[in-house]
Amino acid sequence: MSRIAEAFADGPAFVPYLAAGDPDYESSLAYVEALERGGADVIELGLPFSEPIAEGPTIQSAIVRALEAGMTPTRYFEFVEDLDVDVPLVCMTYYNLIYQFGEGGGPADFVRRAAEAGVDGFVVPDLPAEEAGPLREACDEHGCELIFIVAPTTKGERLERIMSQVSGYVYVQARLGTTGARADLSDRTAESLERVADWDVPKAVGFGISTGDHAQRVIEAGADGVIVGSALVDIVATGAERGDPAVTVASKLEGKARELKEGALRGASGNERPHPERT
Amino acid sequence: MSSDTGKFGEYGGQYVPEALMPAIEELEDAYERYVLDNEDGFMDDFRERLADFGGRPTPLQRADRLSERYDAEVYLKREDLLHGGAHKLNNALGQVLLAKYMGKERIIAETGAGQHGTATAMACAHLGMPCEVYMGRRDINRQRPNVFRMRLNGADVNPVTVGRGTLKEAISETMRDWAANVEDTHYVIGSVVGPHPFPAMVRDFQRVISEEAREQAREQAGRLPDSVVTCAGGGSNTMGVFAEFVDDADVALYAVEAGGSSLEVDEEAGVAPNSATLSTGTEGVLHGSRTRVLQDRDGQIMESHSVSAGLDYAGVGPELAALVDRDRVTAVTVDDDGALEGFHRLSQLEGIIPALESAHALGYVEDHHDDLGDVILVNVSGRGDKDLETVLEETHGRDIEGAPDIDTFETTGGFQ
Ligand SMILES: Cc1ncc(COP(=O)(O)O)c(C=O)c1O
Repeated sequence: MSRIAEAFADGPAFVPYLAAGDPDYESSLAYVEALERGGADVIELGLPFSEPIAEGPTIQSAIVRALEAGMTPTRYFEFVEDLDVDVPLVCMTYYNLIYQFGEGGGPADFVRRAAEAGVDGFVVPDLPAEEAGPLREACDEHGCELIFIVAPTTKGERLERIMSQVSGYVYVQARLGTTGARADLSDRTAESLERVADWDVPKAVGFGISTGDHAQRVIEAGADGVIVGSALVDIVATGAERGDPAVTVASKLEGKARELKEGALRGASGNERPHPERT
Repeated sequence: MSSDTGKFGEYGGQYVPEALMPAIEELEDAYERYVLDNEDGFMDDFRERLADFGGRPTPLQRADRLSERYDAEVYLKREDLLHGGAHKLNNALGQVLLAKYMGKERIIAETGAGQHGTATAMACAHLGMPCEVYMGRRDINRQRPNVFRMRLNGADVNPVTVGRGTLKEAISETMRDWAANVEDTHYVIGSVVGPHPFPAMVRDFQRVISEEAREQAREQAGRLPDSVVTCAGGGSNTMGVFAEFVDDADVALYAVEAGGSSLEVDEEAGVAPNSATLSTGTEGVLHGSRTRVLQDRDGQIMESHSVSAGLDYAGVGPELAALVDRDRVTAVTVDDDGALEGFHRLSQLEGIIPALESAHALGYVEDHHDDLGDVILVNVSGRGDKDLETVLEETHGRDIEGAPDIDTFETTGGFQ
């Protein structure tokens, strides 16, 4: 079983996101580690790209901070190596950075280096299944997962195409638009989950989840995991703005992570569904 | 060209978030039916509106004094006379009309110089569609007349403050809006860039420039030109004026990029002091397609620069990039000073105030007319009214050949 599959195997998975290097290298290491203490099962670690078209203002600002503090693909891999966490890591970034790395002109060098640093999988929001062949191959060669997003608009043939390519987990986008914490929970979640119900990978729901209560409801709706980015990045942003010490921000992140993880656990306790077969 | 696969050699493709893919497939289908197959008489409707509302055909004018200066026959394709003052209307009208045929209810667009935003706002007013335009804060400041024009036509202008506040940030922001509202909204992309089918579709809407120009050259010069020269930002007027000449092997095609202040790149700062993507860029993936882009060694997109907002973009159309790779199109550059000189020269010798974008093409002809043959066709992609404040500011304190004494304008307050 892959490390990501294991992370989903017993109970609902809490999958937080932070941008690596936001607002600076050292603090960011502490923040990611705090997420694990708060109960993270998988961590999505953003590698900042200058044109993050799938991101809302919160994560976009995080990316700007990280880039300004000197984050690069090379630094990112060092960051992953410097991290002291045991949970699987998913690299979330855009295709141009993957494509340009090393010799350039293809994803092979990037995936090799990522796997060596300890990355378990990738989410690449601007790479639809149609264009993903070369990256899929490189992932297979290095034992990495390639996670795809299914949007509320994804239907018919596109679902099939993604199903045949996805591994690790399927990222179920809870609402249209870009990333960003919302006060309410989209009513399209259940409908979206329905469409991937018979896929043999775990289903993790993201986009707009910001509270333990949301997390609970997402799991109750049938998800195997919850992905939370902006609500956590907000804490980093506020800390950076106010100049709070990193330990203070880290402990807030840990607290927020715990709230979200506990929400997910509550959602599962009333929810004794058999888990789908894992590969 | 293979618009069916969306690839031009290695370039093109569809690199967009999953939420947008169904909309792009829907657009692909609409492009094939309405634009390529003229379903429901779409293309007839489009051409009729281009004539009645847009003022097509635009003239191909023999420029007598330039001809004398260069000892060649110089013809100007006058896209500056198109309604709105630039070639941008061809595409904007085509796309807004297409959106209407598709049953979309809302139009969004991005704009650099404001010409595309203006054209889109006009097309929307003409066709009764609500319109929102994203524009970088910096571009809003340097293209104020166009901001006002968009608002006069009923469009909302949304300032984009991230990054340097230019076209590339505005495109990213418009893609975000599209991702959130994709079900009822059409994104009118402003050039031959973005995911398939945009590059092919925008070219087909702009193709009318070369359809006319080719016929007009035959009639007026009695033959095809030896060379066609035009500016290239994203490449829409470029592909428009080249499209029908691509198969004419004897016609040389020149895409003139913005050389800005220098062709050297500041790697440290991640800034290219130019927008010369074809000439200095490398292959990458930006805003939905694989193409040439200005990027650093890691693949981060660089800030570009040009005195003309409409050329200030770090990417370029994938088809144009492929034509340059195939040596069918020659990519060249003219710097900010050369463009300013071209601006003043055309204003004084021909009584035509060109857009700063178009002035790049005129700058190239000045320096290289000896290599361009006996019949030279220059595309004047737009008029320069929008650029007057910029030209005043940029000419002041520089040694621009042929410029009027700019200081007198200031002391008499003539421009305020
Ligand atoms: C007058 C004019 N010419 C040229 C351009 C460059 O665009 P493209 O290269 O797509 O024609 C612009 C863009 O705004 C413009 O306004």
